[in-house]
Amino acid sequence: MSCMTDTDTLKAGTGESLTHNVQPLLHEIRHALVKLLDDGRNTVIDLRSMPLAPGEEQTLLDELGHGEVYARLHALGPTEIVETHYPGVWVVVHSNNENEVIGKFIEVCDIPDLLRSQQEDIRQGLEQLQAQLA
Amino acid sequence: MSKDETLGEALRRQGISRRGFLKFCAATASMMALPPSMVPAIAAALEKVRRPSVIWLSFQECTGCTESLTRSHSPTVEGLIFDTISLDYHHTLQAASGSAAEAAREAAMEENYGKYILVVDGSIPTANPGYSTIAGISNQSMLQETAKGAAAIVSVGTCAAYGGIPHANPNPTGAVSVSDLIRDKPIINVPGCPPIPVVITGVLAHFLTFGSIPELDEIGRPKVFYGKSIHDRCYRRPFYDKGLFAETFDDEGAKKGWCLYKLGCKGPTTYNACATTKWNEGTSFPIEAGHPCLGCSEPDFWDGGGFYKALSMPTENIARTAVYAIGAGAAAGVALGALNRMKKKRVEKAHEKVTINDLEKDG
Repeated sequence: MSCMTDTDTLKAGTGESLTHNVQPLLHEIRHALVKLLDDGRNTVIDLRSMPLAPGEEQTLLDELGHGEVYARLHALGPTEIVETHYPGVWVVVHSNNENEVIGKFIEVCDIPDLLRSQQEDIRQGLEQLQAQLA
Repeated sequence: MSKDETLGEALRRQGISRRGFLKFCAATASMMALPPSMVPAIAAALEKVRRPSVIWLSFQECTGCTESLTRSHSPTVEGLIFDTISLDYHHTLQAASGSAAEAAREAAMEENYGKYILVVDGSIPTANPGYSTIAGISNQSMLQETAKGAAAIVSVGTCAAYGGIPHANPNPTGAVSVSDLIRDKPIINVPGCPPIPVVITGVLAHFLTFGSIPELDEIGRPKVFYGKSIHDRCYRRPFYDKGLFAETFDDEGAKKGWCLYKLGCKGPTTYNACATTKWNEGTSFPIEAGHPCLGCSEPDFWDGGGFYKALSMPTENIARTAVYAIGAGAAAGVALGALNRMKKKRVEKAHEKVTINDLEKDG
């Protein structure tokens, strides 16, 4: 059995890297940014697919910090879209109408698709405006 | 939503924007454990989905599986999926009972013959048909009759998938699983006691999206949810690798959140999505709450030799193994590893506890 010392002790629930996933995720984001700059390819990382320890997700989000853009959508419940301290790296959190989180993603792109007006919605809006003016 | 209306049409009729639909698809992809790059394909497929008929049969069960699913039946993604199906028969949830309920089942079978999805929870008693009946019909007869016209069968919960607790030794009712009785239909096993709600709806969403059953492992479980062991995805795994274990539920190791292997954790031999999908809206899972995994998504988990009995002593990443390897040379180390693996397999089969002394004897 290996000798247990204080330095071996990894603290649960304090945000320290129990699974060591924070650092690799930051590297993955770095690679994604290079890919975005080099050939415009977007990357989406689903945070719910990661075996993160208690506190690790918050550590990752703290590392990414907040940038210049904060958007809140209301479509089937609220969605928060925040550009992090690193331009091109966005945190997207989907909630349902009861404010329960149903999806959490890191998107590396110019702008998350959900922020764009969608063709179908534009068309429907145009029809409504035309009807109002008729 | 009428049976002829597509999901896309139904959502638009309810005033849900394309943006809302894309959000729904992103959450659905996450729920199905598919990569986010699949979202456009999911959107294209779900847009065209028409409302399928679902018949849900409950046999020897505790209703925990239905509880698990209905807990997710709030205005969530799972709720939308649930709204998309036409649940034509579920004797726990429907208002009708007795012959009126059976008439609804027969009507749904006739109208959707060859196309409906059959969901089953609970095992089926075979020792005596009278042990469990619905409206005077034995579980076995009802299953066999309803399975005939099903496009696919989803066995929800460990009881339907593998016999579960009713099947536990001495199995007084002769309980068997769905796949023990039905051989000529595609069967998807969604085990767990109960299964994670989003895993149940994720399987239904997969069927709705792709019109086919997901890739299954050798015991019929969808690989997207059951492809990795709890141990592989456990956030306490680094402690296992370092040889740091809780020895009791209140020692220093337990307080520091060390590995629960020695307290009987079945994570290494259990395949499920608990460690990543988690429970209660993604809040936590048993190991995170300080309790070993019981292995509830595995066949015969109730007869596994004790929930608090260690599977065996770990053989990897322990300083002792390394010392042996260095002291006796690489060849001896390899031989010791092979012996340990053989012993571990033997023990897992017999559910016998191995101590560090046993390992020393092997060495």
